[in-house]
Amino acid sequence: MLTILFDGVAYGMLLFILAVGLCVTLGLMNFVNLAHGAFAMAGGYLTVVMMNRMGISFWWCLPAAFLFSAALGAILERTLYRRLYDKTHLDQVLFSIGLIFMSMAAVDYAMGASQQIVNLPSYLSGRVEIFGAQVGVYRLFVIAVCGVLAVGLQFIIARTRFGSQLRASVDDGRVARGLGIDVTRIFSLTFAVGSGLAGLGGALGASILSMDPFFPLKYMIYFLIVIAVGGATTITGPFFASLLLGIADVGGKYFVPAIGGFIIYTIMVAVLIFRPEGLFTRRTRR
Amino acid sequence: MLRRQLLLGAASLATGVVAGLAPSAPALAQQQTVKVGFIAAMTGPQASSGRQMLQGIRLYQALNGDTVAGKKIEVIVRDDTGVADQTRRIAQELIVNEKVAFISGFSLTPLALAVAPVITQSKTPAIIMTAGTSIITAQSPYFARVSFTLPQQTMPMAEWAAKNGVKTAVTLVTDYGPGLDSEKAFAEKFTELGGKVLAQLRAPLANPEFAPFLQRAADAKPDAIFLFVPGTQAGPLMRQVVDRGLTKSGVKIIGPGDITEDEQLVSMDDSVLGVLTSHFYSAAHGSDANKRFVAEFRKANNNQRPNFFAVGGWDGMHAIYEALRKTNGETDGDKIMGALRGLEWDSPRGRMSIDPQTRDVVQDVYIRRVERRDGELYNIEFDVVRQVKDPYRK
Amino acid sequence: MSVVDKDALAPATPAPSPAPAAAISPARRLLLDSRWRWWELLFWVACAASFWVFPKKLMLISEIFILGLLALSIDLVLGFAGLVTLGQGAFFGIGAYAAGLMAKAGMGVAPLSDPLLGLAVAGLAAGAVGFATSFLVLRGSDLTRLMVTLGVALIFEEMVIKFKDITGGSDGLQGVMSSPVLGVWSFDLFGRTAFWYSLILTFLIFLFCRRLVNSNYGLSLLAIKGNPLRARTIGMPVNARLVSIYTIAAAIAGISGGMLTQTTQFVSPDMAAFHRSADALLILIFGGSGFLYGGLVGAVAFRVMQDFLGNITPQYWLFYVGLVLVLLVLFVRGGIIGMLMAASEKLTSRRNDQTGGRP
Repeated sequence: MLTILFDGVAYGMLLFILAVGLCVTLGLMNFVNLAHGAFAMAGGYLTVVMMNRMGISFWWCLPAAFLFSAALGAILERTLYRRLYDKTHLDQVLFSIGLIFMSMAAVDYAMGASQQIVNLPSYLSGRVEIFGAQVGVYRLFVIAVCGVLAVGLQFIIARTRFGSQLRASVDDGRVARGLGIDVTRIFSLTFAVGSGLAGLGGALGASILSMDPFFPLKYMIYFLIVIAVGGATTITGPFFASLLLGIADVGGKYFVPAIGGFIIYTIMVAVLIFRPEGLFTRRTRR
Repeated sequence: MLRRQLLLGAASLATGVVAGLAPSAPALAQQQTVKVGFIAAMTGPQASSGRQMLQGIRLYQALNGDTVAGKKIEVIVRDDTGVADQTRRIAQELIVNEKVAFISGFSLTPLALAVAPVITQSKTPAIIMTAGTSIITAQSPYFARVSFTLPQQTMPMAEWAAKNGVKTAVTLVTDYGPGLDSEKAFAEKFTELGGKVLAQLRAPLANPEFAPFLQRAADAKPDAIFLFVPGTQAGPLMRQVVDRGLTKSGVKIIGPGDITEDEQLVSMDDSVLGVLTSHFYSAAHGSDANKRFVAEFRKANNNQRPNFFAVGGWDGMHAIYEALRKTNGETDGDKIMGALRGLEWDSPRGRMSIDPQTRDVVQDVYIRRVERRDGELYNIEFDVVRQVKDPYRK
Repeated sequence: MSVVDKDALAPATPAPSPAPAAAISPARRLLLDSRWRWWELLFWVACAASFWVFPKKLMLISEIFILGLLALSIDLVLGFAGLVTLGQGAFFGIGAYAAGLMAKAGMGVAPLSDPLLGLAVAGLAAGAVGFATSFLVLRGSDLTRLMVTLGVALIFEEMVIKFKDITGGSDGLQGVMSSPVLGVWSFDLFGRTAFWYSLILTFLIFLFCRRLVNSNYGLSLLAIKGNPLRARTIGMPVNARLVSIYTIAAAIAGISGGMLTQTTQFVSPDMAAFHRSADALLILIFGGSGFLYGGLVGAVAFRVMQDFLGNITPQYWLFYVGLVLVLLVLFVRGGIIGMLMAASEKLTSRRNDQTGGRP
């Protein structure tokens, strides 16, 4: 029983780590970046290459994945994304789907179409007993990383100078610029961080989900569900939404397997009917 | 007026582009060429199956030449992205426009089922190289299968388990045609031999998280857990099986060979050692034919290991060559089907044949255990059930 | 060339006078003016002519009409009422299964297997579900609507797989056979019947949509799209309007699904899958939303591109499709139609400059 709760939390955290980067780009920058999964895939594949082909330790892979995807994000932001900030959401959708297609074909070309599995170091793959429940060490690790990330990001956005500059830039770019805030730089940096988080999510998720070129589309729905249920304007919203979804999904599949497939979708629709802006929303004009 | 011309220009430009699509009729050498349409998922979630099949086909042609009975064999490759109405349309186009003598491929069951009316109407033989639900070959007299059926792969496992001290089992399969086929076949055989199935769990097809199902399976405390998921989910599933400590807890992990499929097995780690599967093909199969097949395949494909998709492509091509040899190059659908019925040969997988009545594959099914050999993980065969037919197709 | 004759016969193409054009965009003018434009006729004549020009691609072409019709149904709600939806695939699937079950029940014999009856049932079934779920899209932002419609579609997709006894589960529905259209033309291997069947039906439904958006009803939708609050203030029944257009669009999507079933003679769960909705929305944006033709033009361009590239490189065609999408967004506004509009506008204004502003 406790094990199921734990599994639910762990699954929720996995959803969170994959979606949190999108929360930054979509929620904070108001850019519908469906290609988020492509950045996650970049991080995941980097982990695969570093661990399986070069034999580099998993601990190096995580920061490397973050930096790699962040760099990729920064470059693409400079060259492409920047031109699309003032376009409609539909244009952004079309653009980011185009990017997804390109990334899928490119990864396929470079790495092949088959599943890539990441093998964890043995001290991360076992199980330990906590409060009488069997829990996976790696899942515990994922939960810890997510917790730290959620707190850290929320702190940066809500409390630091950078955070307030970012919020100002998003709410009203012109005024922010007038106040001497370097909006362009802030956006570049934020986008890079969002992409980097995606890469980190990909790296952490790679060993549970495994990597294939179809990854960005396969998990796109899940990212979006988390953001929709949690509301995209805060970090805590998607955090709690992920927890809710994870626990409900795992619990539902455990207790009533017959309808297991419906649960996550039903929750989303139900939440959106009663709270169209998501469960946790910072009310702003948008 | 200018605007009018511009739009006209754009329209005629568009027409020009479209015109480029119409396949140029290869008028010359029409009689000397036999076209084989290969339709499979080359992109999308099922892409790896399409790739391996095609590599098997290419290898067969590279080693056996592209001419048989005086005819040049030309393979036309099309991507259906794993979507059934695309498979159906492409099949129709290949038959009507390209006048292909064979259709082949089919990554998934619904993709094969979708072409059944077309091949029946046009009398075009279709060689199934992957799809594994029993019912397919019953849907058209022009289907012949060289891959496998899930009941055929599953029953030997149930039999072996029942005879080797497994008293209770839980099945966990993906909730789709092949999964249900194998769930049913396992339960039937296993209970028939005195075993007890404690629970039958089904995971949705779109499902990244197996934790609740595996936990439920573990809670039932069975002697063995029987697993089947499509090859593309095998990696994540086995990862989670291992993380849950199931391989170490003394529960036997058993299933058809899809869960330790060769290409993915390469990148798994020692935690899957000892997993038991029943399947028709292992890259470690000891015959000379297979050693040659594996060596050539690795040479041609950047040291990649062939899996059962690849061997399906290879054998499909072999069946096509042999059928043409028998008909002396004639491509009449009924004559080809006549030649395919009862065709028997030595494949890399072992002795196999196409059943004269059902047109379904008959082959040896091996019981294997994952072991490390020459530094790589392999499915090592240690028992065999000879010449198994699909139990549901009589 | 017959196209030129058509052009000559259609002198009802007065060059737009520049003065009012400044007040209202050419796109809107097109819509407000319900007269047939010469290029519209050209489009449909070209569609019909493709039967003789590309006799080998009839199946692909009829599939394009069907996909275009699905995209058109999205255009009705997105382009004219401003509702974003990712759930149109569910209605497509409902129609597909309704038509499939009808045809199967009749075992290929009229009256039950009659294709037109099947389409009517498909449209009604999808319309009914559309009406029932339309209340979910009345609130919230674009993202909310996107996700609610997507959620409904995903639930439906799961249901298709779950209710195996009715739908055949993930194996799909076998033994779907329609009786000949009007008792005369049966669906043949070359796709000839399928071609005319889907072309004529698409055209008729298009006529209906064209009529609809040019009516007062259509104008009221545009007003709602422009500013729902203001529309409500002047006494417009906003919710009733949105519910009705959503229902109509669902019925049209259902009919297009039924057409796919009948022309391909089977149903599989991926007819109701998420990618169906996503593809159709993508194609609509690609073609240009809000012009009625966007869905059809987008379907033609997208599928032709996919077929062309897919034959050249079956493994990596996605890359080039992606590249085209990215470039299109970067350099063009409003999809393909938007591009054509902008080009024609530019030419018009240049011509006006040359003639000293006189038409």
